[in-house]
Amino acid sequence: MELFVFLVAAAMTVVGALGVVLRRNPVHAALSLVLTLFGVAVLFVAQHAEFLAAVQVIVYAGAIVVLFLFVIMLLGVDRAENLRIEPLASQRWLAGATGSGMLALLILAALSGKDEVITRGSGIASAVVENDANANIRQLATSIFSDYVVAFEATSVLLVVAVVGTVMLARRKKPVSGDRS
Amino acid sequence: MIDLVPTMSWYLILSAFLFVVGMVGVMVRRNPLVMFMCIELMLNAVNLSFVAIGKQLGSIDGQAIVFFVLVVAAAEVVVGLGIIVSIMRRRTDVTVDDLVGLKG
Repeated sequence: MELFVFLVAAAMTVVGALGVVLRRNPVHAALSLVLTLFGVAVLFVAQHAEFLAAVQVIVYAGAIVVLFLFVIMLLGVDRAENLRIEPLASQRWLAGATGSGMLALLILAALSGKDEVITRGSGIASAVVENDANANIRQLATSIFSDYVVAFEATSVLLVVAVVGTVMLARRKKPVSGDRS
Repeated sequence: MIDLVPTMSWYLILSAFLFVVGMVGVMVRRNPLVMFMCIELMLNAVNLSFVAIGKQLGSIDGQAIVFFVLVVAAAEVVVGLGIIVSIMRRRTDVTVDDLVGLKG
């Protein structure tokens, strides 16, 4: 059963990822991205990260992809582009070579680990195992609000900076008399 | 049927594949929006391996870091799309090759 879930979710993820890169229309690429993000959310559930799976669906598939689609529609770039032309000579060939080299190295590194069980922490609480619906959220919250509370506060500052910066970027400047530019 | 259970290595290999697809996408595609989506692919690959390794180590820290990566990714998308919108408002149908004017 676990194997079946993994294989289906992995297939979703891989097909979506290839769709993002190979689809000519940006809208189709964004919809393929949704497929990948759902696949990753399923894999999170399979690894007892229930809270992160929910956040993944809400934040990524809900907010970020909608933002992408919104910008695509707003700018009107939803035309299929011709992928036949290669702007830089031998760019694809080099990208393929670099990519397969990277893939080989990463798989080698992953396989050399050999799944040795090194349990350092206290274990991950799971809704399925503990028979407590909030076990994962409680453990994650305890970690974030005790060990990582400084990072959490810094994240809130980051979000405020991002929002203010985007508003500044997107604002149309009023023509002022005596404006230097 | 053999009772195979997906171990950490399976997740790491899937994550490596996802990362490489995103990396090749950033190198090959010329549309700034699609390049952004490929960056999201790479971030998701890293999240997947964080969760897998965290589970293997029996520590919640992997999931906590994924939470922060999600927040940073959201902030990055907001700022990046703001920049793309303000560039494309000036001239439409821009690929990254047309931005050579940003060079000093």
